Amino acid sequence: MNPMLAIDLPALMIAVAASIACALPGSLLVLRGQALLGDALSHMVLPGIVIAFLATGRIASGPMLVGALAAGLIGAGLIALVRRAARLEPSAAMGLVFTILFAAGVVLLETEAARKVDLDLNHALYGHLEAALWLEPAEWADLLGLEIWLTAPRPLQMLAPVALLLALALVLVFKELRIASFDPDYATLQGFRPRMIDFGLTAATTLAAVAAFEAVGSILVIALLTCPAAMARLCTDRLAAHIGLSVFFASLIAVAGYTTAATLETSASATMAAAGGLAVALTVIVRHLRRRYAKPPAAVPGNAPNSEVRPLRPGSG
Amino acid sequence: MLEALTLSAGYNAAVAMIGATLLGVAAGPVGVFMLLRRRALLADAASHSTLPGVVAAFLVSLWLTGDGRLLPVLLLGAAMAAALGVIGVQALQAHSRLSGSTAIAVVLSAGFGLGVMGLSYVQNLPVAGQAGLDRFLIGQTAGMRLADAYLIAGVAAALVLAVAAFFKELRLIAFDPDFAAAAGWPVQRLDLLANGLLLATVVVGLTSVGLILIVALLIVPAVTARLWTRSLERMALLAAGFGGVSAYCGAAASAAFHHLPTGATIVLVAGGIFAISLPFAPLSRPKGAAEAQEPPP
Repeated sequence: MNPMLAIDLPALMIAVAASIACALPGSLLVLRGQALLGDALSHMVLPGIVIAFLATGRIASGPMLVGALAAGLIGAGLIALVRRAARLEPSAAMGLVFTILFAAGVVLLETEAARKVDLDLNHALYGHLEAALWLEPAEWADLLGLEIWLTAPRPLQMLAPVALLLALALVLVFKELRIASFDPDYATLQGFRPRMIDFGLTAATTLAAVAAFEAVGSILVIALLTCPAAMARLCTDRLAAHIGLSVFFASLIAVAGYTTAATLETSASATMAAAGGLAVALTVIVRHLRRRYAKPPAAVPGNAPNSEVRPLRPGSG
Repeated sequence: MLEALTLSAGYNAAVAMIGATLLGVAAGPVGVFMLLRRRALLADAASHSTLPGVVAAFLVSLWLTGDGRLLPVLLLGAAMAAALGVIGVQALQAHSRLSGSTAIAVVLSAGFGLGVMGLSYVQNLPVAGQAGLDRFLIGQTAGMRLADAYLIAGVAAALVLAVAAFFKELRLIAFDPDFAAAAGWPVQRLDLLANGLLLATVVVGLTSVGLILIVALLIVPAVTARLWTRSLERMALLAAGFGGVSAYCGAAASAAFHHLPTGATIVLVAGGIFAISLPFAPLSRPKGAAEAQEPPP
């Protein structure tokens, strides 16, 4: 057995695929000031996943996806309902709903699912990236065959299509998104409904969160959703560059985090999250140093960069 | 169940339950002020940041005393890390163009990631006692040592007294910090006091509710109380009551049925009180009511 091929390669591929799948919706969440919606969704999918697990008795991609999507969308609906009915600011309504749903998931997990061995609390909290084993390819050349990929570890079989699907969706609606970002009023006139963007983004985030669940658990997902996008937000004002940089930083963080974890023998998903936070801090510091030591640009009145992306809905969440 | 509810399920369990209840009582009004100051999820960032502090304190006290399980040391580490987390959020907001919610999400995930990294590192060490560290994640009052139960109950009682003693000051900075400053109040120090009470609640709650869900004990009773009254005094009292009842019932249920996790059960009881209040309380907005009558506060 080639340990590089059997252990490190599948884990790394899962880490990168999870990071990219999360960075795509995450980049939009950060741009819209809705990073905490990602936090809420990643907690709220837990009861859906646990119920699907209890119903089928095993960790299966299909039922888990359905359960988690249902839980995410129901949770998002509950947040909107509570926000109106209890006259709450968005973040308080989110905090109320996601903690209660997460608590329900934890109780279900500890009382019911604990009798089965496949899914336990640690798994749900920080995933099990290290468990990925791929014994089928005997040597590197085997990877060239197409059939071998059908034997890839289950998390990868779920994550790769999800990442592709999200990328495709983003390309398809890119023009609409850009218009909605530049000029919300014009976008409304054109008949794009903000609610459709909200709904689509909620569904996309839930999909990414549940696809990444097996690899990184339900809490550390928030690092994958937010950190690369926060770095990109600090670097660019153009929408396409923002999304591209988010994906690039996501892969970088995944590789750096995984290799660090392998060296220190710490939890891989947690090390990726810590690396993400560190990377954001470094980006902030580097930008400060550059601003301090760079020549101040000559101020040209009336020449403000008009390509700046405005948050679609500023200040929510 | 009845045995647990009447505090006769053993002396340790009874002290732990009293501690949890006092914590719930303190968390209610602290949560009310937190909501008024729109800092609901700042507490979430703070609570997730406690984990690396707990692990670091474990390592330090293991190195100094040979025993890593000294609860006061662990809680001190947690408090310091939580304060660092809050400072981190404020620094990100002040020194970059990231929005408040992004700053909170970044600090929360970095703190929790560092903490879990530390946990996995400590688990590989050839020492005893590290297994108890992950009880801080979702809280567990069962099996708490008597000295620790006394410590939690004592600090929680002090917290209740502090909230009562500084009620007027907290109200001032929650409603009109500008007026308070103009009237000569030391607003910055009061702000620090309010944040300190919030952090203390989070840290004391680690043992019973756990760091993932402690924010619920701050938000849910306070929101529920706001459905019933507009007066701040009554709101704080009601929130204290809801918080206390939730914590008491949750701790009793998990003492009676050992597989019920304490923290999650407490949150579910609080959520139940909210769900019952929502359709009946006078101030929740009925379906289709005119929005203009109820401007958001």
